[in-house]
Amino acid sequence: MKEDPGYYGYWPYRDRPRIRWPNGARVAFWVAPNIEFYELDPPQNPHRAPWPHPFPAVPGYSIRDYGNRVGHMRQMKVLDKYNVRGSVSLSAALCQHHPEIIDLCKERDWEFFTHGIYNTRYTYGMSEEQERAMILDSIETIEAAVGRRPVGYLAPALSHSEVTIDLFAELGGLYTCDLFHDDQPTPLRVRGGQRFVSIPYSLELNDTIAYVVNKIEPRRYGQMIKDAFDRLYAEGAQSGTVMCIPTHNYQVSCPHRLRAFEEALEYVTGHSDVWVTTGREIAEYYLANCYDEACADISRRGEAQGE
Amino acid sequence: MTMPLETTHLEYPKRRYGMDHDRYEWSMLANRPPVAWPSGASVAVWFNVSLQHFPLNPSGKPVKLPGSMSMPYPDLRHYTLRDYGNRVGVYRFLDAFARHGITPSFAINACLVERYPALIDAIVAFGGEILGHSWSMDTPHAGGLERAQESELVARALATLRGRTGAPVRGWLSPGKLQSANTPEILRENEIEYFCDWVNDELPYRFHTASGDLWSLPLSTELEDRFVVLENQHSEASWAQQVIDAFQFLLDEAQGQGGRLLTVSLHPWVMGQPHRIKHLETVLAHVAAEPRAWCASPSAILAAFSATAAPAKAEE
Repeated sequence: MKEDPGYYGYWPYRDRPRIRWPNGARVAFWVAPNIEFYELDPPQNPHRAPWPHPFPAVPGYSIRDYGNRVGHMRQMKVLDKYNVRGSVSLSAALCQHHPEIIDLCKERDWEFFTHGIYNTRYTYGMSEEQERAMILDSIETIEAAVGRRPVGYLAPALSHSEVTIDLFAELGGLYTCDLFHDDQPTPLRVRGGQRFVSIPYSLELNDTIAYVVNKIEPRRYGQMIKDAFDRLYAEGAQSGTVMCIPTHNYQVSCPHRLRAFEEALEYVTGHSDVWVTTGREIAEYYLANCYDEACADISRRGEAQGE
Repeated sequence: MTMPLETTHLEYPKRRYGMDHDRYEWSMLANRPPVAWPSGASVAVWFNVSLQHFPLNPSGKPVKLPGSMSMPYPDLRHYTLRDYGNRVGVYRFLDAFARHGITPSFAINACLVERYPALIDAIVAFGGEILGHSWSMDTPHAGGLERAQESELVARALATLRGRTGAPVRGWLSPGKLQSANTPEILRENEIEYFCDWVNDELPYRFHTASGDLWSLPLSTELEDRFVVLENQHSEASWAQQVIDAFQFLLDEAQGQGGRLLTVSLHPWVMGQPHRIKHLETVLAHVAAEPRAWCASPSAILAAFSATAAPAKAEE
């Protein structure tokens, strides 16, 4: 085991090369609905139990199924209203289980990035070959279902190995959502040397972290989104920032919660200098326009630090 | 290099269209035919009150349920705080419901028939549908429970409850909303017509068992008093706000999509406390003042639902 993941060095927020988003936007804003499938009876991973109850884990399974039966279409209506295209963090097996949901996202020109096969299959304990096969399966499944190869990754249930990001870069990926160390994209060092970036995804504004882990009230969640936006919008006047709201429709789309989310979305999209976009568009824009300058700055500073 | 996972971890035998089990059909709420509630109501509202007994000496097997004793024996603080609901809180509930002209249903641990027959008689006198709620809060229906044992448990709980109340008892709420793999079959074999354990929908749907179909009528956990106030530790006022926000949201959604259903799960040992009861009353007053609401029992909701959306159509 390593003390440091090794994907990036210390690169302080101050005095970085300025990020200029399209049309002078201050914030690149994206919403990432997690569209997931959890299995009722998955194999037991030796490192992490998929469910807290013995089979059948009705409480955990059924509320997640609620997201698919009730939640996605409810949130979709809200995102449509504010012209937000979702960037879907997709359990690839959902292409087989629930193609109707995939079709609704495709009709809206949403992005799909991969989130593994099932959210009940963890990376823990996989050999490198197994993990590569799992990621490749997810990429190919999504490509076959939506007609475009996904270039972003969020590991299933945020379960990783030491080589997860290296493998995804080798399989043609451009960006990962797995790192929470920054409010701007970061060039990552991957073992194959590919041009590859981390795109800020936000654990703190993730509805499931907010509601399930931190147990906050719905209206406070809406306020947190607005507060985060205000700060990133202000700082974005100096250099472009990224703001993401990751969601799970078994949480945010419950009837006592969706209005607070909608009000926050209305607030964010009501500002003039916001680039409402997708994860892929941020990654591609950054790679084309900011990446080289960022790498040069990191390299220069690294030398100054005697790395 | 560590040993890789067993190959089964990269095999996906249930990766197919629909669900990964055969209990019910895959269906999205927004794609179903609109539901028409009686009198053109937009939102049916179902309040359920769970009457529970938490033994002082729980076995905790096969799992320990939320609300169980948590201190070394004898955990008098939690025992008596739960018992408070059956002595005091429930009567505050009955007064509050009566004042607002709303009749809840009652899911009752059958051991209360033996322990507190006066409470059962008071519930029968009040009226309101009665649901089975197993024997006590130490009889979880969870994986690990033997089928024969569970069959006996369900039969005993229902016979006891039906015997004292004279009610048919067609509905069931499992303690902690847990089920074993056999629970649905066993319920169906005991003349249960619907259960409320699977929280995957906001309308009823058909649930298949080897002994015939049941209705699944989801009772929301996310809005439950115990979950919001005790687990999430939100204020009583916030709980009331959340229920009202949900109600308003569903009223709006019903405009374009047909009848909606709000379910509110309550516990006298939680909201029956003197500092909390007024927040339940806030919710009751809000709902009672809304002409587009239809407060109804679960059986009435199921009857209205099946009359306007035949089961076959309900699943597309």
